[in-house]
Amino acid sequence: MSKDWLKGIKSAYDTIIIGSGLAGLTAANKLAKLGHKVLILEHHYNLGGLATWFKRKGGHILDISLHGFPTGMIKTCRKYWTQEIADSIVRLKNIRFDNPQFSFWTNFDKNDFTRLMKDRFGIVKETIDEFFATVRAMNFYDDLSMTTRELFEKFFPGRTDVHRLLMEPITYANGSTLDDPAITYGIVFANFMDKGVYTFKGGTNELIKKMKKELLKNGVDIRTHCMVERIVVDEDKTVQGVEVQGRMIPAKTVLSNSNILNTVQKLVGEEQFAPEFVKEVKKVRLNDSSCQVYIGLKRGETIDNVGDLLFTSQEKEFSSESLLEPETTSRTFSFYYPETRPGLNMYSIVASTNARFKDWAHLTKQEYENKKEVLIERTLDALEKYVPGVRKKVGHLEASTPMTFKRYTTHPGGVSFGTKFEGLAISKDLPRQIGGLFHAGSVGIIMSGWLGAANYGVIVANEVDKFLHSVREPQPELETVSV
Amino acid sequence: MTREQVRQAILNIISDIAPDEDLASIKDEEKLRDQFDLDSMDFLDIVMELRKRFNLEVPEKDYQELVSMASSVEYLFPRLKDNELVS
Ligand SMILES: Cc1cc2nc3c(=O)[nH]c(=O)nc-3n(C[C@H](O)[C@H](O)[C@H](O)COP(=O)(O)OP(=O)(O)OC[C@H]3O[C@@H](n4cnc5c(N)ncnc54)[C@H](O)[C@@H]3O)c2cc1C
Repeated sequence: MSKDWLKGIKSAYDTIIIGSGLAGLTAANKLAKLGHKVLILEHHYNLGGLATWFKRKGGHILDISLHGFPTGMIKTCRKYWTQEIADSIVRLKNIRFDNPQFSFWTNFDKNDFTRLMKDRFGIVKETIDEFFATVRAMNFYDDLSMTTRELFEKFFPGRTDVHRLLMEPITYANGSTLDDPAITYGIVFANFMDKGVYTFKGGTNELIKKMKKELLKNGVDIRTHCMVERIVVDEDKTVQGVEVQGRMIPAKTVLSNSNILNTVQKLVGEEQFAPEFVKEVKKVRLNDSSCQVYIGLKRGETIDNVGDLLFTSQEKEFSSESLLEPETTSRTFSFYYPETRPGLNMYSIVASTNARFKDWAHLTKQEYENKKEVLIERTLDALEKYVPGVRKKVGHLEASTPMTFKRYTTHPGGVSFGTKFEGLAISKDLPRQIGGLFHAGSVGIIMSGWLGAANYGVIVANEVDKFLHSVREPQPELETVSV
Repeated sequence: MTREQVRQAILNIISDIAPDEDLASIKDEEKLRDQFDLDSMDFLDIVMELRKRFNLEVPEKDYQELVSMASSVEYLFPRLKDNELVS
């Protein structure tokens, strides 16, 4: 008989969390600290969702989404995780651009960008300040009609070089394009510009290990290898629990960290929702996916410091579309020096491009393998410019595609960054459709990335907590307020 | 709870959320955000702590009542005055 991965779970929970991405994990930890009985069910063998890594023979550890996040992650980790986790977050100062329009290093904060825009691009200080003030003030409730393209045209008309400087990194960071609402750009850009780009010392595996320890300490039950098949809803449109491995586990609330469309269409089923809601769900556009090439250097091989993050492209100008082409020359290289994992003394390089699912989904096995091979070769060719002789130092080479991301996360289209903006309204509306059903995870562009996902987990944990309080038996000794 | 106890309870919550801030210098009439490094997530934390510690629900439309110490006490005192302070 196969192993019973559910062994030892309780007979019922206050909250079952489907998926262990950073939104799911952070919500779980918060809810446990608020005193609720929480179970996390994750289909993969590791926790972390897209915040993940893999190990390969030869001592290689390769990170998937540890390229950089804004300073806000320090506070988020201190408040919702531990001081120890927050203390491992360190700044990356060597960010590099290299493309036909410009080539330089920057520490990627407001001061340095102001300097570059003034000295390199000849923009007047007042315009730069006003641009920063505008994006800084952007928030969720702003007007959505302005696109990022319009925002750029307003401040820097015709300056495709400036547009590229401002947009290219954010496109990699959250998949947004020039035609998305300007706030999806502005909020994320302003977060980065605040104090630059940060990383987690010790690598993703160390972060997730520490998070797991904290979850267990706070009493969260965690089960991996558990694919939730269905969220069970009764006739009164109230959540009853989940079905997993042929078993029903009762719960007062279910928080899905699975993709929002999967949650509605597969895990619950459209028939459970109001027709108008289903109509809105159908309008939600998925975000794009990614390709990556993982390059582990042989033990003992070293390279010079050529930057932490390198945004490189041979395209004449920036275009959101060309970035997605399988043959794109626009990619980010993340360089991991021995400081990343103190004690390991290894180097690795990860190249990332944005990608469309459809370009990879309908190939024969042979075509797929060949296409990956081409991707790897082109990546190494591009890398040669920055790390001469790198091919001779390579110990491990591997590529992932939108198909890979789909397989590991179950997200439709293998999306890296959830949905376009409209997905957020659906996610927030879920509890009004079905009592006790919640969603947290990459959605609406602004709630994606490590910081966005973790904070959204807390925002939704608050809603779950409120709901659990409202359905709790009244406890006389706590009865308060007769206003 | 007395007004002073309500005020102290709020101070306790804020000092847990923002341990690096010097709360001794707080000016009750001024916006909390203008005095301390508090963002919208911190205010959400205050709401969650009020629910946890006092079983008190602050509806979203009332979040603005928590803008300063004075307005918070004004808003919370009538809702907490019958609470026994459990240590
Ligand atoms: C290539 C790449 C690079 C990135 N780089 C960065 C970066 O540098 N900085 C940054 O901030 N962000 C980056 N991101 C984005 C960031 O990783 C994600 O936005 C964030 O981690 C998403 O968290 P999440 O909570 O939405 O859930 P996800 O990470 O998407 O996890 C969802 C989890 O749910 C599980 N699940 C789904 N359905 C079920 C089911 N039915 N039963 C059980 N389990 C289920 C999945 O297995 C998965 O573990 C990157 C993303 C990609 C793809």
